[in-house]
Formats: sequence, C-alpha cells, structure tokens
Amino acid sequence: MDLLSNLGDGFAIALTWQNLLLALLGCFLGTVMGALPGLGPSNGVAILIPLAFTLGLGATPSLILLTSVYYGAMYGGRISSILLNIPGDEPAMMTCLDGHPMAKKGLAGEALSLSGIASFVGAFFATWGLILLAPQLVKIALLFGPAEYFALFALAFMTLGGVSSTNQAKSAFAAALGLGLATIGVDTQTGVPRFTFGEVHLYDGLDFLVAIVGLFALSEVFIFLENRHGGNADGSKLKIGKLYPPMSMIKQCIPTMLRTSFLGFLAGVLPGAGASLGSFISYSMEKRLVDKEGTFGTGDPRGVAAPEAGNNAAAGGALVPMLALGVPGSGTTAVLLAVLLSLNITPGPLLFTQNPDVVWGLIAALFIANFMLLAMNIPMVGLFTRVLMVPSRILMPIVAMVSFVGIYGISGSSFDLMVMIGFGVMGWVLRKFDVPLVPIILGTLLGNAMENNLRRAVTIDNGDWWTLVDTPLALSLWAIAIIGFVLPLIIGRKVKAGMHAKRDDEGSISD
Amino acid sequence: MSDRIFGVVGLLLAIGYVFAALAIEESFLSDAVGPKAFPLLLAAVLGISSLVIVLRPDAEPDWPSLGRLVEIAAAVVVMMLYAQMLPVAGFVLATAFAAGYLAWRLGSGLIEAVLTGIGTSVGIYVIFHLVLGLSLAKGPWGF
Repeated sequence: MDLLSNLGDGFAIALTWQNLLLALLGCFLGTVMGALPGLGPSNGVAILIPLAFTLGLGATPSLILLTSVYYGAMYGGRISSILLNIPGDEPAMMTCLDGHPMAKKGLAGEALSLSGIASFVGAFFATWGLILLAPQLVKIALLFGPAEYFALFALAFMTLGGVSSTNQAKSAFAAALGLGLATIGVDTQTGVPRFTFGEVHLYDGLDFLVAIVGLFALSEVFIFLENRHGGNADGSKLKIGKLYPPMSMIKQCIPTMLRTSFLGFLAGVLPGAGASLGSFISYSMEKRLVDKEGTFGTGDPRGVAAPEAGNNAAAGGALVPMLALGVPGSGTTAVLLAVLLSLNITPGPLLFTQNPDVVWGLIAALFIANFMLLAMNIPMVGLFTRVLMVPSRILMPIVAMVSFVGIYGISGSSFDLMVMIGFGVMGWVLRKFDVPLVPIILGTLLGNAMENNLRRAVTIDNGDWWTLVDTPLALSLWAIAIIGFVLPLIIGRKVKAGMHAKRDDEGSISD
Repeated sequence: MSDRIFGVVGLLLAIGYVFAALAIEESFLSDAVGPKAFPLLLAAVLGISSLVIVLRPDAEPDWPSLGRLVEIAAAVVVMMLYAQMLPVAGFVLATAFAAGYLAWRLGSGLIEAVLTGIGTSVGIYVIFHLVLGLSLAKGPWGF
C-alpha cells in the first residue's frame, strides 16, 4: 500500500519533539483564538505567520504550527457560542442555535464535551478524506496546461463570490481589486515596472503578508474601536457543571455526526465555500432530516453535534483544493497558501511529487493535532472558558501590537507598517460596505500566477487568445465557473439570507 | 446612497487604473501578450462590477456616528505615528504608548491602560525578543 507507507513516512516526520511541541502550541493557541470573539481562524493564523517566519522555522514545522492553529480555532469557536451565545468565530454561529439553549438548561458541560466529540469526528473523517481525495485530484491536475490553470483560477474567483458575499458584483469587485494589487511591481516577464509611480519600495510588489495582516487583523481592531466593545464576558455564565455527556446522548448523535462529517467535507472541498457553509448546510440538513418533534433550536444535542462536525469536516476539506491544486477554498486556507508561497513552495500537483515530506508530514500532524485537541477540549475545557474573561479592551491592543511586531520582524521597514495600516483602514471600509475580504486576499496571492499562466498560454499559441477555450478540460472548467457565478444569483439569495441572519459584526470575516 | 458613491469611486479607480496601465512602457523584449493586457482585463471587471453596484445598490450600511469616526481616525494617526517612531524611540517605549492608547480608547481606566501598555510591550519584548530571538526595533537605548 503506497498510501500507508506515505502516511508512515509522514508520521516519522511529525513525531519529532520539535514538531510535536509546535502542534501542541498551535492547538492551544488555536483554541484560545477560536474561543475569543474577534479572533477567528483567518486572522489568528494571519498574525502568527510572520512570527513563524522570523523564528526561522522550515516549511513543514511552520505548516504544522499554523494548521494546528486552524484546526484548533475550529474547535474553540464553539466555546463562546455555547456559553455566551456569541460565536467565537463565524463557522461557530450555527452552534449558538442549540448550544446556548442547552447551556441555559444547565447542560453546558454536556454541550461542550458533545461538541468536542463532534468536532473530533468531523476533523478525523475529513483528514481521511483529504488523504484519499487529494491524490486523485492531483492526477487530474497533472493534465492541466497554462490555459487550464488560468480557467481554474477564474473558477476559484467566480465561485468564491457565490458563497462569501450577498452581492456578486461586490465579490467580483473584490477579486479584481485583489488581482490589481498583485500587478503592482516589476513585471516578472518583461522587467518593466508597473503601477509603482516611481516609489522604490513598490518595485518588489506589495507583500501579501502585509495585506493579509492589515485586512484581517487590524480591521478587526477598528471594528472594536467603532463599537467600543471593551468589556468581558459575564463570569456567572461561565459555569460548566458536569463534563461528560451520558452515553445515550452520544449514541443518539452518532448518525448525525457521520452524515454531517460527510456533508461538511464536501462543502469544504468546493472552491469558495469553507467552514461557515459547512456548518450551515449540516445544521439545515439535520434539522430537516431528524427534527420530527421540533426540538431543534431549543437545545437538542443533535443540533449541537451537526454544525460542529460539519465545520470541522469542512476545515479539513478546504485543505484538499489548496494542497492539490494550489487554489484555496476559504479565507484561512488562503492564508495558509500565503505561508507556502512565502516559503517558496508552490502548492499544486508538483507538491506531492517534489515535497512529499511536506504533504505527508502535514497530514500526519493533522491526525496528531486532532487527538491533542480532543484531549484539550474535553477535560481541560475549563481552562479555555477562563480565557473568555479577558476583556477585549486589553485583548485588542495586544492583537494590534503583535501584528505590528510580526510585520516589522519580516521587513524591518516602517514603510510596510504604513501600508499595513492602509490595508487595515481599507478592510474596515470594505467590511462596512459588505465587500468580502477573502477574494482580495486570494487575488493578491494568485494574481501573478494567474497572469503568468494567461501569458504563457497565449504566447505558446503565438498570440492566439482562443487557445484559452481550446481543450475540453478548459471548456469544462469555464462552464463550472460560469455556473458557479450565475447559480447563486438565482437560488443563492435564500441560502445566504439564512447564513447571514445570525451574523455578528465582530469576527465576521469569512473563515 | 453610500453604495452609489462607493460604485462611483470604484469606477474612478478603474479609469485611473486604465490610464496607469496604458502608461506602462513596453519593453522591446515583450511576449505576445505584453504587460498591459492583464491589467486592462482587470480594469474591465472592476469597472463593470462598480457600474452594477451603482445601478443596483444594497441597503445603507450602519455608519457610525461622527464621534466614532473621529475615534477610528485618531487610532489610525496613533498607529502611523507608532510606525514612524519605532526606529526613533525604540520598541518598548513606542509600543507601551500605542498599546496603552488603544486600551484607553477601548474603555480602560487610566491605570489599567498604563498597565496594559507596559504589560503588552514588556511581555512582547520578553517573549519575542529575549526568548524567541526576533529582532525588534532598537531605539537610542537599545530596546
């Protein structure tokens, strides 16, 4: 078995002391960030990237650290959903619906441990799904030429808008803006400077890490300043009670967890969907399927298990297109893509043949992290509830300063900090207008690759632009892209209205 | 109304982008596509989507009151000063001020704000510089 030997190699890489410690640290930080409203998976990972670099970690260790944060944040989001009825991050908002009523009935401990188990089940199956599906996708991706890659990038942007925003025009605007930002700097093919306006600092282009930290982390600080939410959680609500759910409750939830893990994984694999959609459709489907007595929304344990298994499975699923195609399906995986690009590793089919150690080490680390998270999130959940006592008037300054330190640590230039502040303000304004930020990030990340593939494809065919729609593969990618863009215009409004109804202003960046 | 203004700004941005793209000097060693085509394509998408936003605006966003806007502007100014002062004043001093200011504006009392500022700055200095060895801005006193 090729697969098992690969996985064995992966465990050999992941089971070093350094990597285990990094996974543990990542799981801990991730759970804390997920639990705190205002810090979610995407901005949590974003502020840690620069630190991972300046510490001189290699590719595999940095990825292990940051994906553990990613998985951890998916676990942590449920804590404040259940105890406070405030989603700790966006994917956890569906958990509020039944989690908080359970806590009100005095079943907070049971809800927390049950959702911990559901998270584990979702993440566990999704990691297996990643192992099985990614290599198949790689086989298809190896057939891609430049024209197909260009179509694939277009597909990613066009489907991304379908889910992440209520207005397709605004997501198209965001994608074009992000891609436009990527064109700043010296043109890689001909060497002429573009859109630099004579500013030497811009010749290298904008560093996408600066853009990510500004858009995700600093804009959050501005949102808090605007609302002046400086307070902390009411301590009396943080009582947990009994920690372990009765076996009957777990048994009742097993079919739900298995179904929603599968559904969540699929939602994660789809480009542009991500964990919020995963938890949303998992909850909706289970409500339709098993809610015969109308107990969903009043503290039904299955209503807690469904979105948690769904969002964790989607988190794993979103890694599939990121690793196999180099096209991330969600905000956080876009941030992880930034990590890979900065380490000079190009994700995509070649990653599996050229850097198998990175891929399989990462996958093994995901399994290990998942077990660590289960251990942290059930017996030790009391520790994390105490984190909710930290008021955001103390937390947000720390977030801002860590962002500054990280970016300054990379470049040591005040110019980059000014650019980051500019992105922070831009992020705040765009969020006010409900323009999604994820396409912007994706655009700055993929802009150069997208343009290079376009130019390569057309140049190979001596300047014939029809080459872009020449092969059946390219044509089918374009067809999916167009359907993905048009379909939400017709049927998407209802789904999105449901998804955005419970949305909170803070921490509402798409995962 | 806000959305219409936003769309118009987007349109102006697209037009400006077109002019900047046309001003790119082509090298004689260009490929078949050249450095202008992709930006022009993007400008088209930017322009069309802005036009749609102008024609079909969403509901008005909740704009904060003027006071809150001033609050955000003040924070931006403080952060910009922070970015400029870092190499001059050194990390610890500059960060203590910036973090303290933010904590104060988010609703901390005076003493709590001072403590948050000093705590954040010294904490980051110890963890990131002394323990993890990250290079931070050096001021006249070396920290």
